[in-house]
Amino acid sequence: MHRILVVEDSVSMRAFVRSTLEAEEAGMGELEVVEASSGFDALRLLPRGHYDLVITDINMPDINGLELVQFIRKSERHRDLPVLLISTQSSDRDRERGLSLGANGYLAKPFTPELLREETVRQLARPRWHAEPDG
Amino acid sequence: MVEPTDKVREEFFSEAQEIIESFSRNLLALDAAQKSGSSDPSLVNEAFRAVHTLKGLAGLFGATRMGLLSHQLEDVLDDLRLGRMELSAQVLDVLFRAIDLYAQILGAEKEGSDKPIAAVDELISKLQRVGAGAQQRASPSAEYELDPGTLAVLTEYEEHRLVTNIEQGFRLYRLRVQFDLTTIDKALEDMKQRAKRHGEIITYLPTGEATSADTIELDLLMASHDDLATLIGSLGADNVVIEEIPRRSRRSLAASGTLPPPANAAPRLPTAYPGAESIVPEVAARQSEHLELASSLRSVSQTVRVDIRKLDHLMNIVGELAIVRSSLSRVAERLRGEGQRQLATELLRLHRNFDRRLTEMQDGILEVRMVPLGQVFDRLARVVRQISREVEKEIRLVITGAETEIDKLIVEELSDPLMHMIRNAIDHGIEPAAERSEVGKPQAGTIALNAFQKGNHVMIEIEDDGQGIDEESLVAKAVQLGKLQADEARELTRDEVLGLIFIPGISTRAEANDLSGRGVGMDIVKTNIGRLGGVIDVHTETGIGTKMTITLPITLAIVSALVVDVAGRVFAVPLSSVSEAISFDGSGVRLVDSREVMTLRGTTLPLCRLDRLLRLERSDGEPKRRFVVVASMGNRRLGLVVDHLYGQQDIVIKSLGRSLSAVRGVTGATELGDQRVGLVLDAGALIEEVLAGVEAKQGVRSADG
Repeated sequence: MHRILVVEDSVSMRAFVRSTLEAEEAGMGELEVVEASSGFDALRLLPRGHYDLVITDINMPDINGLELVQFIRKSERHRDLPVLLISTQSSDRDRERGLSLGANGYLAKPFTPELLREETVRQLARPRWHAEPDG
Repeated sequence: MVEPTDKVREEFFSEAQEIIESFSRNLLALDAAQKSGSSDPSLVNEAFRAVHTLKGLAGLFGATRMGLLSHQLEDVLDDLRLGRMELSAQVLDVLFRAIDLYAQILGAEKEGSDKPIAAVDELISKLQRVGAGAQQRASPSAEYELDPGTLAVLTEYEEHRLVTNIEQGFRLYRLRVQFDLTTIDKALEDMKQRAKRHGEIITYLPTGEATSADTIELDLLMASHDDLATLIGSLGADNVVIEEIPRRSRRSLAASGTLPPPANAAPRLPTAYPGAESIVPEVAARQSEHLELASSLRSVSQTVRVDIRKLDHLMNIVGELAIVRSSLSRVAERLRGEGQRQLATELLRLHRNFDRRLTEMQDGILEVRMVPLGQVFDRLARVVRQISREVEKEIRLVITGAETEIDKLIVEELSDPLMHMIRNAIDHGIEPAAERSEVGKPQAGTIALNAFQKGNHVMIEIEDDGQGIDEESLVAKAVQLGKLQADEARELTRDEVLGLIFIPGISTRAEANDLSGRGVGMDIVKTNIGRLGGVIDVHTETGIGTKMTITLPITLAIVSALVVDVAGRVFAVPLSSVSEAISFDGSGVRLVDSREVMTLRGTTLPLCRLDRLLRLERSDGEPKRRFVVVASMGNRRLGLVVDHLYGQQDIVIKSLGRSLSAVRGVTGATELGDQRVGLVLDAGALIEEVLAGVEAKQGVRSADG
């Protein structure tokens, strides 16, 4: 059972991600999507549960996706948590920044449900220290 | 490929709608700021974020047109917010045009059509031209001892704001704050509001250090025109530590001979800072209500969106529970009558408790349905702006009471009638500028839109300072159209004359025009307002202006009503339109203009015998002792003659269905418990019907032939 935190200030965008990943025909197996409507919401949720993947928008008011990546990488508990960035940014600037801060992947909006699923599967398969102590 | 489900698409539509509305508010605020010569960078950024989100959503949900339009708008707004282009009235025009087109696109999308819309393509190419004029601006770098970690996480926009603030000579501060996670939203909002007076918060960076699991520590990067002491005085607190970020001194730069070392992992910022000696311009922190509105709209974490039909359903259940409640008290009375005093007392106690909770629940549901009128006022502000440009009349729109709340369903239905009334005011009311200065009025016409609550009603006034309604030509037109006989015309009271504007086909203008059309509007306006249980009163003064006052109930969902009996039938009269009930023995009734009236405390009260009006047959003659229910709407009163008063009861009004919806004087039916069903009288319509002699006669005449 995988838990995924989706951080996004657009409610229908969250609904899209949720329905894409949770749909039965998606074949993603047991999966729980937890929604955060802002960077702050994510900061509130992160310490209170176990997550296998964070999917976050970059452009959000107050705490943006880049700040969230940096926070996660600096945190004792979540430093190995995979982070997938999504953004509509047309320039490469934010993508490069995100990856250099330690994000594990980047999806440019708009993306197809298939692409989101593929990328999610790839991120979930990423080895993490508690799963593979040697890695 | 799996298509987004209908439910997700539904979310998309309602969110897109919300974003477009907030975008529109931003544009209005920008327009106002531009006219007053001020600027607020956060407004442009909000607008950018709106189209940015729309673009992202459009891509996911396959709304091609919306995506194309948003993409072009995004480019323009990006140039604006990054300072590569100046905001001008022309640019604003194009942006405003986009709002209308978004509405069209959304409408088409809902119907599942993604056909090209010519107007959209036209605007897209216009936007491309607008964007082409943008100048690339060299961005100077910061020469502050900023933490590279902070610089690395700035988005492009945040970086731009940082640079702009430095260019303007502002100082930079780091505010280290600790917030309780449970109250962070409010604490942050407070902080933002207070910080606004001093400058701008550029970003919020979680430090990852926290004293406990329930708190969070953030570094706020802030630019301000004030010094450290002022900021500490205003923003400092136990949980807020403020430090100024020192500027690297020229000497140390010279001594080291190099520029500050670039951040190791962080991408490099462009170097060289030309404007080091730039003068600090006077910048006042401008407060903006619109911004607050926009930010409150964005804080969605604590809200859920609910289909209003679900609330209707809940309200129906409350209505049915209200019937159970009255049955309970009847059972208690019966028990008492049968000598079961103890059981009766216990049941009555339960009944009281039930009653209290049910009232709370009903109030709660009603509260949820309430939305501020500001929602519709914002749309009107846009219309005013557009029309005033089209007809080349300068209009000042003054809105008060936008926070007044009313039922969501009523707000939805108000938009069209209000829009029409405003169009009329601009078109027929406000004179051309030349004419205005001739009579010593300011060139710009003023339209005031005022809303306020009065008891169980919401009043909306639309007041212009134009030429007033020309009563003579109104009467002449009515006669000419055959709506009125010349001799009738002479006997009309002033109110009756003004009532003529609500007759179909009447226009105070000789030629039709694009905006107000041929004057077919006001009768429809009146019908629509009437459907909401409201009335319109008109006041006008030649040369001074016209004021239309709409009186509306706060909600249509549940109403308190007076339950009465007329010739053995049960009726409910909404209490909101009842001012009193008095006993009546038929004495003191006089005839004025072949209309029955009585005198109530020195004023004349027209009477309406419901049994005759509704042609109810009586098996055993009229009772001697009866009652008059005094109904009032706006400033008009009517005495309804009824047989018995049963008392007050909360009722849920059910529609009569399409076939009976045209029956005047009845709004619907309601269950009253005891398996009784009663008709709910529409006091407003009855008053209209009986009092507006001209119109009533007119109505009968046209119905006959």
